[in-house]
Amino acid sequence: MAGVAVSTTINGDSVEYLCQPDETLLDVLRDRLGLTGAKEGCGTGDCGACSIILDDRLVCSCLVLGAEAEGRRVETVEGMAHGDRLHPLQQKFLEHAALQCGICTPGFLIAAKDLLAKNPDPTEEEIRFGLAGNLCRCTGYDKIVRAVQDAANVMKGA
Amino acid sequence: MRYIRPLSIEDAVGLLAGSAGTAAILAGGSDLLVRMKGGFVEPDLIVDIKAIEGLSEIRETADGFSIGAAVPCAVLGESAALKKAWPGVVEAAKLIGSKQVQGRCTIVGNLCNASPAADSVPALVAAGAKALVAGPAGKRTIPVETVPTGPGKTSLAKGEIIEAILLDKRPPRSGDAYLRFIPRTEMDIAVVSAGVNLTLDEQGVVRVARVAVGAAAPTVLLVEEAAEALIGRTLDEATLERLAKVCSGACRPIDDKRGTIEFRRKVAGVLAKRATTTAYARAGGK
Repeated sequence: MAGVAVSTTINGDSVEYLCQPDETLLDVLRDRLGLTGAKEGCGTGDCGACSIILDDRLVCSCLVLGAEAEGRRVETVEGMAHGDRLHPLQQKFLEHAALQCGICTPGFLIAAKDLLAKNPDPTEEEIRFGLAGNLCRCTGYDKIVRAVQDAANVMKGA
Repeated sequence: MRYIRPLSIEDAVGLLAGSAGTAAILAGGSDLLVRMKGGFVEPDLIVDIKAIEGLSEIRETADGFSIGAAVPCAVLGESAALKKAWPGVVEAAKLIGSKQVQGRCTIVGNLCNASPAADSVPALVAAGAKALVAGPAGKRTIPVETVPTGPGKTSLAKGEIIEAILLDKRPPRSGDAYLRFIPRTEMDIAVVSAGVNLTLDEQGVVRVARVAVGAAAPTVLLVEEAAEALIGRTLDEATLERLAKVCSGACRPIDDKRGTIEFRRKVAGVLAKRATTTAYARAGGK
């Protein structure tokens, strides 16, 4: 199989890679670029653990081909913190203990970031709907919702 | 396997028509990539249509709306004009999958995946939507209900691509609605569903009606007898009962763990009634 040459932007940096035509963007991020934040839960778009933002749209990177990222903007969980300074969502997930095993957390953080970018002051119901594409088998979701609410308050004040 | 991103619809058609092995069209990929992952399809050629000019746009034309084949369902929900004219089509498209899937999935993909339970299809059939098909022999426009021919099968020939879905301009006093039954609150596949589209006269009498039922037969059903039950009437109890009876009778559902034949028949009638009531109210009927 001939490789596909791709030029894209990931977390603000220009990135070039070669990938196979049937390789998912999730596999490219993890296996070729060492960005292992996005996780493979189901590989079929059901669990949201591989969530990324592609040109301002929240998507499952397991349902995107690596080749499709050509000329587009990719945001992953690795781009959320600035050095040692955590994103308010990351800080609040820690404070509220909104994670246990942590596999779903990068997906939740990215989905919550997308949600708050489009709706800075969501109701609890809007948060639950907005994060319904992300599955967590540990927390029972309540702590995640609280963490997102708290982060929204902090970000509004910022 | 080859991945190609053509810049024109003619090139895309040429690639598909000239391919020796299995060729697949990639728009949102929310069905294709899952099928590839599961080993159900192994295309020799993937034609990504997202770089083709105009395919990622919703255009308002003199005749109505043209929704490009690569427009994600999330974008349908963000179009105020489309939502105002065709709220039923938009609410159906917005029911497909999670927010992540909404960012990718398309109504043309939903149509061509040809699932009898596809959410947007009953709404499109009720809306009288047309598919603009580009192919080796040129372009043609066909009613959306003629696209799926059975589960996973379409009437499209080799080399053909649906370029856009066309929705008519709305006459005054028109409304549409879509409802589905699922055993949970969100993100599930319709057990049974109904789409209704009405135009009323100044007295609130139904003048034009189209009723479609989903997940109740191998393809989405356009129930013409149901439309006949509504035309010339206002929505009194007897009319709605007759509508429900006709819709239940038109169903040829399967019996599976998600719903029995009896359940699907009954609920098809109930949903048709409720969707009709909503469409009627949206059309300004009282």
